[in-house]
Amino acid sequence: MFGLSFTSREAWAVIHGMILGGLFLIAFAGGLAGLYMMRPQWMTTEGLRKQVRYLINGTWLMAVVAWLTVYTGTYIVYPWYRAKPPEGADLTKYPRSFLKANEAIAAWHNFGMEWKEHVAWFSPILATVVAYIIWRYRDQLAEDSRLRSYTITFFILAFLAAAIAGLLGALVTKAAPVA
Amino acid sequence: MTSNVSNHIPNGPAAAAFLSGSIGVFVIGLLTTLSEASHAIGSALDWYSPSGPLVGKTLLGIISWLVSWFILNRMWKDKDVNLSKVFTWAIIIAALGFLLTFPPFFTMFKG
Repeated sequence: MFGLSFTSREAWAVIHGMILGGLFLIAFAGGLAGLYMMRPQWMTTEGLRKQVRYLINGTWLMAVVAWLTVYTGTYIVYPWYRAKPPEGADLTKYPRSFLKANEAIAAWHNFGMEWKEHVAWFSPILATVVAYIIWRYRDQLAEDSRLRSYTITFFILAFLAAAIAGLLGALVTKAAPVA
Repeated sequence: MTSNVSNHIPNGPAAAAFLSGSIGVFVIGLLTTLSEASHAIGSALDWYSPSGPLVGKTLLGIISWLVSWFILNRMWKDKDVNLSKVFTWAIIIAALGFLLTFPPFFTMFKG
């Protein structure tokens, strides 16, 4: 309809990168603001209680989304990316081989994909640590500024890992799409 | 606003979570560099051939994270530890993990 069709591989690449990955990156802003705002001088007791609830739900959701992102990437999309072409095959259908065969764009694999595929897995681990700490300590985070700042640091590291993976993934896909 | 925090939770569980998370990240980075250095290690991590050694690296990283979390949490769950010191180590270890996944770094060890 309207000529907007996807192959199944393209659809999975969209789910992995744009929907799941994008959702995590966008949700980060809200989570960071929520954590930063958890200061007793800025909140009423009722406000803090609600903030904690939103943060617990939001950060666990982010952790789940991060796990789904790396799972779909590693076990669904990545095998298509790295599939070995048979002799004489059209390399444009085999993204890794296509990139490595051309010196002008080989770095998209040798640097881009090689970094992305590993660093991406840091994000769900670190995001889960953050979600756990918020769930465990709840409103104690408002009183304990040191613990709160450490939690924010880990949250930023989780975002950094996801942002590196997301940016490199988008650029690699531009150079050699999974289709 | 006065806080109604009536039950102080010691910082041990948080310290355990931070440190174990960084251990998991470090193990993934370490295995990335080791499999670049040694074809045998890379092959040994190839647990699911469509995705290659990435599966072994990441699953071992996750196992390391969860096992170290279990152990550290058991040790520290009812204690207040030196959180600044633990967190500093966690950041150093995590930073090493990031470095070990950086291609210009790990390709220096190409075997």
